[in-house]
Amino acid sequence: MIPRFWREIPSRYNLIGTKCPKCSTIFFPPKEICKRCRRSSIDQMEKEKLSGKGTIQSFTRVHEAANGFDEITPYYLALIELDEGPTVMAQIVDCMEEELAIGVRVKMAFRKVSQEGSSGTIHYGYKFLIDK
Amino acid sequence: MREVAIIGTGITKFQEFWDKSFRRLGIEAGLSAIKDSNITGSDIDALYIGNTSAGQFINQEHIGPLVAEEVGLSSGHIPATRVEGGSAAGGLALAQAWSSIASGMHDIVVVGGAEKMSDLSQPEIIKAEASGADQEWESFFGATMSSLWALMARRHMYEYGTTREQMASVPVKNHSNAVNNPNAQFRFPIKIESVLNSPIESDPLTVLEASPVSDGAAALVLASVDKASEYTSDPVIIKGIGQGTDSLALHDRLSYTTCRATSKAVDGALKMSGYSIENIDIAEVHDAYSISEIMAIEDLGFVEKGEGGKAVEEGWTDIGDRIPVNTSGGLKARGNPLGATGIAQIVEICHQLQSKADKRQVEGARIGLAHNMGGTGGTAVVHVLEVK
Repeated sequence: MIPRFWREIPSRYNLIGTKCPKCSTIFFPPKEICKRCRRSSIDQMEKEKLSGKGTIQSFTRVHEAANGFDEITPYYLALIELDEGPTVMAQIVDCMEEELAIGVRVKMAFRKVSQEGSSGTIHYGYKFLIDK
Repeated sequence: MREVAIIGTGITKFQEFWDKSFRRLGIEAGLSAIKDSNITGSDIDALYIGNTSAGQFINQEHIGPLVAEEVGLSSGHIPATRVEGGSAAGGLALAQAWSSIASGMHDIVVVGGAEKMSDLSQPEIIKAEASGADQEWESFFGATMSSLWALMARRHMYEYGTTREQMASVPVKNHSNAVNNPNAQFRFPIKIESVLNSPIESDPLTVLEASPVSDGAAALVLASVDKASEYTSDPVIIKGIGQGTDSLALHDRLSYTTCRATSKAVDGALKMSGYSIENIDIAEVHDAYSISEIMAIEDLGFVEKGEGGKAVEEGWTDIGDRIPVNTSGGLKARGNPLGATGIAQIVEICHQLQSKADKRQVEGARIGLAHNMGGTGGTAVVHVLEVK
């Protein structure tokens, strides 16, 4: 079960984060408050569209997956440090295993993430490709 | 604040119990702790129960009154509170129970932990465990608990040169300890090659590096130190408690190879106890995966950062060596019924400090430490215990 409002989160599809106008730190997933500036950042955070380019910090090949991912198992997950600073966790797709390494450049793509059974709702979001 | 002592312990065997319910396990552990402590039901001021996810595992919430009724305490209408914090639920329940006595509100409190996981299918269990990660930004994209620990493991290998053999040494050591623990789930030794060659859960982690699906319960009776002497001659004193928090999601952290919630918790617990890490004789740490134990012994300060793998491989954490870790068999081999784990760790430390650990006894153990963690390290609780 996926809460319905999640489908309405723009950052799922566009990598829109937030930026603290005081210290310029960029957050993704978007945060309503800056962890450093706290009080002075309340109601001050600005939207920031990210380039979708980044670098692999760690990766894994998942063999034991939860329901909804059976069709694509095994799949690759990675921690990706985006060029603007924040780190995201996402799948890496359309790649050969030997192309994966810490330090490899990747870029965002828009993809189907999971589905609820063969005729259920399909959930979309970002995944990443090797940036050749 | 008043000092608090543990005056009774109880634990069930940990395994997949197809013939015992959540209630049955809770009753077994609770009643054996009460019996062990020599208190009577009317002495008990309150109940705290650590439970991670009975809502998902057995479709039962509202655990407080359920347990109170089953252990015969509902007629006194005493407070009964369920505490949740991922797999740190047990440790957190103990911290709450401790506070209620230290503050002077209660004199005698029973704290338990219980989980019944085996009623669900494997994919459902994976999903339930993954709910201890960030559903919106991790699990949605396909992250499972083992995949998140695998990301930490690969990064630890990259940053510190930790090897697969070093990681595999963790379950090998813990299985070897569990052979001598009658309540452990897996009482047989395993070989490094078996660990490395077992099926991959999430590369590089294999099935034999992960703690199992378990059912079980554990319980403690706590009393203020002045009351404790009325019931027992060998109370175990809770000398220090510390708790730390980090972001729920791994990607929001400053480091993927250091668990800052653990560092915060151990600093707090040691400061309160008046001891330093060198004073600790034995430890139970949260080895949900092989890499978890390696990171834990580093973040607790038993070894330098990056030396955790070497420490286990060289035997520094074996019984009889520098700092015996997970003498019970740990989460891997004693078993990991999530909400029960934090309490089971304390039961083991008590048995060790009271010289009741039989063949796995650490000679001369006087001060022990327990480290209980939730999910990928969003929550950590550390307790320092001492016997007079």
